Amino acid sequence: MKIARRLVDSVKPHFDKGGRFEKLHPAFDALETFLFVPGRTTAQGVHIRDAMDLKRTMFTVIIALIPPLLFGMWNVGYQHHRAFGMEASLLDNFLFGFWKVLPIIVVSYAAGLGVEFLFAIRRGHQISEGYLVTGLLIPLTLPVTIPLWMVALAAIFCTVLGKEVFGGTGMNFMNPALLARVFLFFAFPAYMSGDIWTDLSPEPGRTVVDAWSGATNLVTFDSNYRQISSVSDMFWGFEQGSIGETSVFACLLGALLLIGTGVGSGRIIASCFAGALLMGLLLNALAPADLPNHPMHTPAYYHWLMGGFAFGAVYMATDPVSAAQTETGKWIYGLLIGAFTVLLRVFNPAYPEGVMLSILLMNVFAPLIDHLVVERHIKNRIRRA
Amino acid sequence: MAKEITIRKGFDIRLEGAASRQITDLPVSDIIAIKPPDFPGIIPRLLVAPGDEVRAGQPLFYDKNLPDLRVTSPVSGEVADVVRGDKRRILEVRILVDKTDRRYLDFPAADPASLSRQDIIRHLLDSGCWPYIRQRPFSLLANPADTPRDIFVSCLDTAPLAPDLTFIIEQEMDAFKTGLTALGRLAEGRLHIGVGRHSPRSLEAFGNVHVFTGPHPAGNVGIQIHHVNPIRKGDVVWYVHPQDVIIMGRLFREGRYRPDRVVALTGSCVTTPQYYRVVTGQQLSALTEGRLKGLFTRLVQGNVLTGQTTTPADFLSFYTQQLTAIPEGNEPEFLGWLLPGFGKLSLSRTFFSWLKPGRTYALDTNTHGEERAFVMTGQYDRVLPMNIYPVYLLKAILAKDLERMEQLGIYEVAEEDFALCEFVCTSKIDVQRIIAEGLEYVRKEG
Repeated sequence: MKIARRLVDSVKPHFDKGGRFEKLHPAFDALETFLFVPGRTTAQGVHIRDAMDLKRTMFTVIIALIPPLLFGMWNVGYQHHRAFGMEASLLDNFLFGFWKVLPIIVVSYAAGLGVEFLFAIRRGHQISEGYLVTGLLIPLTLPVTIPLWMVALAAIFCTVLGKEVFGGTGMNFMNPALLARVFLFFAFPAYMSGDIWTDLSPEPGRTVVDAWSGATNLVTFDSNYRQISSVSDMFWGFEQGSIGETSVFACLLGALLLIGTGVGSGRIIASCFAGALLMGLLLNALAPADLPNHPMHTPAYYHWLMGGFAFGAVYMATDPVSAAQTETGKWIYGLLIGAFTVLLRVFNPAYPEGVMLSILLMNVFAPLIDHLVVERHIKNRIRRA
Repeated sequence: MAKEITIRKGFDIRLEGAASRQITDLPVSDIIAIKPPDFPGIIPRLLVAPGDEVRAGQPLFYDKNLPDLRVTSPVSGEVADVVRGDKRRILEVRILVDKTDRRYLDFPAADPASLSRQDIIRHLLDSGCWPYIRQRPFSLLANPADTPRDIFVSCLDTAPLAPDLTFIIEQEMDAFKTGLTALGRLAEGRLHIGVGRHSPRSLEAFGNVHVFTGPHPAGNVGIQIHHVNPIRKGDVVWYVHPQDVIIMGRLFREGRYRPDRVVALTGSCVTTPQYYRVVTGQQLSALTEGRLKGLFTRLVQGNVLTGQTTTPADFLSFYTQQLTAIPEGNEPEFLGWLLPGFGKLSLSRTFFSWLKPGRTYALDTNTHGEERAFVMTGQYDRVLPMNIYPVYLLKAILAKDLERMEQLGIYEVAEEDFALCEFVCTSKIDVQRIIAEGLEYVRKEG
C-alpha cells in the first residue's frame, strides 16, 4: 500500500497543472482515485458523508452480474458440446466458455474505456464510473459467436452517441449497453439472428448432431409455443441465447443483491414482471380459440422465463439514469416495459427480443412519465394550498 | 391529548461521543464576542465604540433596516475591539469581561400573561431577546411588524449527537414556561410545541402540543411545520429554540437579560462528552481546552450535518447549542471503495456494517468519493419526510426557474431539512448549498 502510494505521489506532479503530461490528468486522476479513495474532506454543508460513492455503486452491480456471467460461460461450453453430441465435465464446459467469452469482455472494456478516456482528456473532465458496468453488460447481451470487431464498434458507438454526446454518465437518456445491442441488431442482422447462439467451432472428428436446432425459444414460440424448452430448462438456463441472458435463476440472484443493497430499484424489477404477467394474461384471455398453437396462448409466466426478459428487467430497466426517477413513475415505467415486451414478442416475429426494444422505448418515455407525475404532484400541492 | 405524528422517512446517524447527562458550569472567558454574521439578513450599525462600558442587556448594534431590532451585550465589561473584515464588514464585537459580578441593565419583571402583545414585543426588542425569534421561509430574523401565522417551538433535537433538550428544559422548567407564555401571547394562541415521546408532557396549557416520533429529521422545526400546517406563499411562521425560550423566560421572571445556555460538547474526539453551562459569545477554547483528543480534529459549531467549521479561538455563536469534534479524514484510503467496510456507515447496504444495526460510528470528514452527476434516484426521497420531490426542486434551483421552485415547495424548506439528503448522496452533491442559493434567489427575486 505504502509502495503504491509512494509511486503514485512520485509521478503525480507530472500530471498536475504545469506538468509534462498535464493534458493526461483526467486519465491519471481516474487511475489514482481507482487505487486510492481521495483524502478529500468535506468543505461546506455536512461534515460527514455516507461511505457510498459511484465506484462502490457500480462495483455492486458488477458483483450482481457475476452469477449470470459465470453461468453464461458454463452454458456456452454446454451448448457447444451438446450441439456436437459430446459429454463434457462441468469444468470443461466452463473453461470452453471462459475462453470464448473473455475476449469479448476485454474488447468491450478496451474500446469503451478508450473512448471514455479520450473524451475526458479532450474535455478535461473526470472519468465517471458508468462504463464499468456497461462494459460488462454489453458482452452478456451478445451471442458468443459475435465477431470481436463488432463488439468494439458497438462499444464505441454506445459510448459516443449513447453517452458522451449528452455529457457523460448521468446525462444519457437511453441505456448505453442496450443501445450497443440494438445497434448491432439493426446494423448487422445476420450476426444477431439465426443459428448464431451456439459456438459451432469444429470439434475434430465430430459433426453437429442431426437433431440440433439453432432456434431460440423466442423464435420457436411464434409458430408453436408447445415446442419450446421445458420450464425448468428455461428457469435454470439450459438453453440457447445471449451469453448472460439464459438463466433466470442467475438473474434473480443478482436481483436479490441489487435490491438488498439498495442499489437497484426493486420497484422497477417487480413492476416489469407484473407488467409482463398482466399483458400475458390479457392475451391469454383474448387468444383465438380455433388456433391452439397461436402465440397468444403462451402461458403468461413463460414470458418471464423466455429470452432475456429477466436479464433486461433486473439489469437494464433498473439503470437509474435512463429509468423513471420518481417513485410513482417507476411503477408505470416498469409495468409498461413488461407489457410492451409481451406485445412485441407475440405480435412481431421480426423482432424476437421484445424486452430490448421496450426498455429503450420506455427510456425515451421515462422523462415524460416523470413529467406527468411531477405535474400531478404540483396540482395536488396547489389544491392543498 | 396531543396527536402523535410519526415520521417514517429519515435516518438516525449514530455517532460516538454522545454527551453524558452532566452539566458543568464554566467561568466566563476573559473576552467574549458577539458576531453580526450570525444574524442572517441583518446590516449592523454600531451603538458602541471600543472603550465603552457596557452592562448585560445593553445594545451593541442595531439593524439598519429595522432600527428597533437590537443585539445586546450578554455580559458586562468594556468594549475591547470591533473586528472588521472585507469592505469593513463587522465580524465581531469583542468585550473585555468584568472580573467582578456581572452588572445587568434592569428591565421590568412582569408576568407575560398580564402583558399585551405590543408590550411583550417591546420587552423582547429592548432587552435583545428578539433576535432569538426567527422566521420561515428563509430562516431570517423575525420582523416585529409581522403577525405570524403560527409560532413553533421544537423541544426535540434528532440530529447526530444532539443535546437532549428535555434534559436541558428540565433544568429551568419555570423559565421555560414563562417564555412559552410570552410566545403564546405573541402568537395569539397559535403556538405549536413539538415534543418527543419522552419530552415533558405538562405543556398543553401553553399551546398546541404535537408529539413527533421517528428518525432524524423529525426534530427539525421545518419538518414539524410541514406536518402540522405547511407554509404557503405569503405565510410567515416564527420559530424559537427551547433554550432561547428559557432566556426569554428569565427576562420576564428576573427582569434582566441573562443569556447563559447549556452547550453539549460531543463527538468522538472529545475525551469526556458532557454538557457545559456557558454564556453566549464565550470563547470556545474555554470549553475545549484539554478536553479534545486526536491529532487532526475538526471542531464544529453545531451538529455534523448543519454546523460550521470553527477553531478554539472562535466564540460561541448566537444560536449554537452544541459543539462537535470529529477526526479529519484527509488520508487517502487504498482501494477504499472495494473493501468490505465494517466500520463505514452507509444508508445503502453495500458495506457490511449493516450487519450491526445498533452500533455507533466514529466517522471522519472524508467525502468517501468525488462529486458526480446525479445518477442514483430515490435516495433523497428516503430521508426527506416532506411532500416534496427533492431532486426536481434542486434542478429547478439550478435552472433558476422561480415559478417551478415555488410550485415544488421552496417556501417550505431550509438547508437543514436537506442535510440528510446531502449526507446520503452517492454523487456527493452539495445539496445544502444549492438549497441556500435557491432560497436566496427566491428572497431577492420573488
